[in-house]
Amino acid sequence: MRRILLLLILLLLSATPTARAQDAFTAALAGLSGGYGAQAEAVERLGALGDPRALPILQALAEGHLQKRADGAFLVEQGGTVREAVSGAAATAGETIRINNRVRAALRGALGRLQLVAPEAAQRLTAADALFRSRDAANIPPLEQALARETAPGVRDRLALALAATRLGAPDAAAKRQGIELLAESGSAEARAALLEARAANPDLAGEIDAAVAAIDRQLELRRIAETVFQGLSLGSILLLAALGLAVTFGVMGVINMAHGEMVMLGAYTTVVVQEALRGIPWLLPWSLPLSVPAAFLVTAAVGVALERGLIRHLYGRPLETLLMTFGVGMILQQTVRLIFGAQNQEVTSPTWMQGTLTLPGGVIVTQNRLWIILFGLLVLALTIAAIRFTRFGLEMRAVVQNRRIASTMGIRTGRVDAMTFAFGSGIAGMAGVALSQIDNVSPNLGTGYIIDSFMVVVFGGVGSLAGTMIGAFTLGLVNKLLEPWAGAVLAKIAVLVGIMLFIQRRPKGLFALKGRAAEP
Amino acid sequence: MTLRTPFSRRALMAGAAGALALPAIRPSFAQGAPIKVGVLHSLSGTMAISETALRDTVLMMVDWINGKGGLLGRKVEAVVVDPASNWPLFAEKARELLQVHKVDVTFGCWTSVSRKSVLPVFEELNGLLFYPVQYEGEEQSRNVFYTGAAPNQQAIPAVDYLMSADGGEAKRIALLGTDYVYPRTTNRILRAYLNSKGVADADIMEEYTPFGHSDWQGIVSRVKRFAGEGKRTAIVSTINGDANVPFYRELGNQGIKAEDIPCVAFSVGEEELAGIDTKPLVGHLAAWNYFMSVDTPQNAEFKKMWRAYIKNDKRVTNDPMEATYTGFRMWTQAVAQAGTTAVDKVREAMYGQKVDAPCGYTEQMWQNHHLSKPVMIGEIQEDGQFNIVWKTPDAIKAENWSPYIPENANRKK
Amino acid sequence: MSATVTGAPRLRPSRALILRGLLLAGLALLALLPVLNRLPADSALYVSDFVVSVSGKWICYAVLALAIDLAWGYAGILSLGHGAFFALGGYAMGMHLMRLIGPRGVYGNPILPDFMVFLGWKELPWYWWGFSSFPFALLMALVVPGLLAGVVGYLAFRSRITGVYFSIITQAMTYALMLAFFRNDMGFGGNNGFTDFKELLGLPLNTAEARAALFYAALAVLAGALWLCRHITRSKLGRVLVAVRDAESRVRFLGYDTTHVKLAVFVLSAMLAGLAGALYVPLTGIINPGEFSPGNSIEAVIWVAVGGRGTLAGALLGAFTVNAVKTWLTSFAPDLWLFVLGGLFIAVTLFLPRGLVGLLHKGEGR
Repeated sequence: MRRILLLLILLLLSATPTARAQDAFTAALAGLSGGYGAQAEAVERLGALGDPRALPILQALAEGHLQKRADGAFLVEQGGTVREAVSGAAATAGETIRINNRVRAALRGALGRLQLVAPEAAQRLTAADALFRSRDAANIPPLEQALARETAPGVRDRLALALAATRLGAPDAAAKRQGIELLAESGSAEARAALLEARAANPDLAGEIDAAVAAIDRQLELRRIAETVFQGLSLGSILLLAALGLAVTFGVMGVINMAHGEMVMLGAYTTVVVQEALRGIPWLLPWSLPLSVPAAFLVTAAVGVALERGLIRHLYGRPLETLLMTFGVGMILQQTVRLIFGAQNQEVTSPTWMQGTLTLPGGVIVTQNRLWIILFGLLVLALTIAAIRFTRFGLEMRAVVQNRRIASTMGIRTGRVDAMTFAFGSGIAGMAGVALSQIDNVSPNLGTGYIIDSFMVVVFGGVGSLAGTMIGAFTLGLVNKLLEPWAGAVLAKIAVLVGIMLFIQRRPKGLFALKGRAAEP
Repeated sequence: MTLRTPFSRRALMAGAAGALALPAIRPSFAQGAPIKVGVLHSLSGTMAISETALRDTVLMMVDWINGKGGLLGRKVEAVVVDPASNWPLFAEKARELLQVHKVDVTFGCWTSVSRKSVLPVFEELNGLLFYPVQYEGEEQSRNVFYTGAAPNQQAIPAVDYLMSADGGEAKRIALLGTDYVYPRTTNRILRAYLNSKGVADADIMEEYTPFGHSDWQGIVSRVKRFAGEGKRTAIVSTINGDANVPFYRELGNQGIKAEDIPCVAFSVGEEELAGIDTKPLVGHLAAWNYFMSVDTPQNAEFKKMWRAYIKNDKRVTNDPMEATYTGFRMWTQAVAQAGTTAVDKVREAMYGQKVDAPCGYTEQMWQNHHLSKPVMIGEIQEDGQFNIVWKTPDAIKAENWSPYIPENANRKK
Repeated sequence: MSATVTGAPRLRPSRALILRGLLLAGLALLALLPVLNRLPADSALYVSDFVVSVSGKWICYAVLALAIDLAWGYAGILSLGHGAFFALGGYAMGMHLMRLIGPRGVYGNPILPDFMVFLGWKELPWYWWGFSSFPFALLMALVVPGLLAGVVGYLAFRSRITGVYFSIITQAMTYALMLAFFRNDMGFGGNNGFTDFKELLGLPLNTAEARAALFYAALAVLAGALWLCRHITRSKLGRVLVAVRDAESRVRFLGYDTTHVKLAVFVLSAMLAGLAGALYVPLTGIINPGEFSPGNSIEAVIWVAVGGRGTLAGALLGAFTVNAVKTWLTSFAPDLWLFVLGGLFIAVTLFLPRGLVGLLHKGEGR
């Protein structure tokens, strides 16, 4: 309360002649070089003063560009040049001022206040959200003014919400009731938190608040279900990507490739290499991830050809031996990568369009990167099906699978088709690696975590059926995520594994069994 | 590097059974034979990601002491083995180091289970192990010197910070951990401590995930929900190793900002952050006894030494590396003082040994086989380094038997 | 998959004799190790404790290899989950060893193991009852893996799941068990498993005597298992097994109940693996969920492939060779051993389909 009073007094002071405001501004500024507590207080005072000169200084502070000199002057560093914060005169660099979370939280409120009058709508929107989060009663008057001025409808809504949340802390009960109603309508989790926070301080309004929270909870419940389904789809898309390559090599060729996980890992490392290679070309750098997709496909396909021609073709008809041999191959690939790149995790930066969340209609919040991965998984599936259905290579592949000898008498070079099929499967695994680099570690062990799940998906979906692989992957992903809230992550996974084992007893050929001659390898 | 093994090459070709029967070639030391330092860190398997840097640190220190003319006028030689993140293999390799290679001291282990696996071997053969990683405590062997933190040197000060004005006055705590003994014990201690500070059980969320957990969607949304009860909330993470990258990614992508829900981690250091884009994570915290960003002459020397050894300016230093460095220096001091590498003499000489550690404090080895250490809280910065926002004024003595575990009262002394 | 005939053909008598002679000689030499360990340390024939304990461990692995060979080499059932049976046997023995620690634990609790005490367990879970008795623990080391193999095998063989599918199912089985045992809430010590054992049958474990005793126990079990497997493979059952491996449908049409034949041999094999695990734990002093990891099971299958499947000597030779190479290389070439081991697996499957034993009959191998 005392702080609010102080701020109100300061606010009043700021309305008096400029000379005194000048003094107050300089006095508040001095606090920025103190301890974190003093910094936070100074930031709050600067925000309350509403002096536009504070904006660039506070922004510099938030971004780590504000410096201080031994004589107490503040400097702003921008693009390598340093200027004095107040006068703008060129200066030599001082010592960068560091901040902590407490200062950062204060900055959010202060910047919000100062940005409320910004000319760009986007900035005002940020300001509204920042003020919503800081919920300081001192912000009510500026918010009211801003709301009266505001013309952009999107910003108006957010401002109104911020005002509603802020009013919960106001002394006036009618204003509070108004705030509660507005918050209940918004139905957001943040509004719920704001209401609960206000509940303890307002025992007289407990009834209204509880009703509002209950209303929000009903909306949240639906959203939660939608979000769980999204999470299941996301897990399913990852399983699909990991398993798709295996569905080709195992499902179509009958080769048990235990080094499949390492192919995925090689794809992820290709992403790292592409990203490093593009560091020197800044305009291309944001595109490094899309460029990694074909690169990873080519690299792993090449490794796949070498593997198939060099080793695997000697073992056709002996799937169990292939299993053992590729296990050895996996060990070697892992250690090779470990010796070249080191055992440490590699850094893969996400492009900005894959960061953050996206709010779908109905307020369902999904993460961008997972949304992209779902789309990517479906795209890869579509391309794979298209390649098998509509290309000459696909036709030859299907012919060889159905009857190798007759295909051979028709002039198909079966050895070449084998090599290409294996390369194709490995290449898909490599593309999966690009996607996985966005959510998992890029380390030599990356692949080992996916190999068993991939086999499970392929066997569950039905060996040799790509549609089965897709449905299998999404089913397993969804079941896993629906079980998780009750059973916990581990038990959910165990339950899914046991479920698959029992399912296979019932239907040994999986969900979509191939019929006819092709079903008997 | 010439390492003796009990198997000759011909014997191997003749078959393993035959090889065993052949007499083992036993190394015999003349006066002035090298002092042997065993290095028992995983170079392959899941733990290689963390432990290879420690192997390199020990090798660097061996070079360092040899550059200074060796120890007791003798050369120091490293014996490196790979226990391959396989816990029974740790026990086997420990026995091999002690009985076949006759090492004078061993630096090794990262996980608690690997330490538990080798402990009976070191005790039976009276070896000497330096263990450099923060751990759950509840242990004290006369054959082990623990140079990492006990829970009171890391976890409790971190929670104190979160509940302080500077740390955001958290009233609700989510304890997230990997399901193994260190998080379980640490969280048990923290729960008792939080209860004693007036935090009710309803305001504590505890959740465990398996090793290498990569799908954090559900848990992060549950934390968000947990935080939506109108009280300031913070996360305390004892998530181990590989699982951290996907966890922080999810945290960043779901827009959990440090100003709203700060997350303090006990197993995330500079090395772990090297695999993540840290921009969305600025302000999240870690508690350690050392950060690479510590500004002291000792740390400058340590970093210079490391970069010169590893020949890569990008490689970072971290807390367990510093603990290895400090432990190694302490051991050389103790050997010099004892005038021998005999375990019983060195052990006696270790007590009270002091080193001006890179963290900027003088650390001392106490009779409880643990070091006194300072506690520091760092905030993640954009460059993957930590901004130290809080530290203890002095090094704190370890409480390896936590007073917050009631069963410690009936422990046999 | 059907009818892939890749088993070893009958060796010519003289070669078989050489093989058997080598095998017996090898076992006899092994039996000498603890004796040589008792020689004065400066004697030329002295072997260190390390060699005794590490070769004791290999003997356990050899029993596991025999178990796998019986199912795979003779009956054509490739289980990638034998590590699970081995680990379950190990856990049964580990539980007994934990109970024997009694009040000697850090917290002096006579009933609860240390890990339960400091994680706040109040009483012993029901599935720990009875494990203070050695015969019961030994029985469980056989019964639990046998039961699990019975259920999984019955369900699978009944639905005629064979070949690769069976391998994948058993792999999922060991993976699920690994995840389960990693959970601390299971009451098996989570990731740490069991360690710091004190005694077995009144014998303190950290002495040379105990190691020698365990070594001979393991050797006796190996000899017994060898005898049993030899007996089975020479019997009518053994011939049916080989027939099932090579042409299951034909055997079924001849009127044999192949489901039960396969089930019997699979359960027996699992019990043998469990026994190997029970011996392994006191020898190594630790059991933890890592033993369930699918990689371990695959590695054990590879020992058999390297030695030569379908011959009992091959299983033993493989287990000893691969593990000796591994022990040697993880010290000698810690950065490169995975290349050598991986290369060995590739070379053997490519060039020695009958394993090292196949080298004995030149010209026939490839």
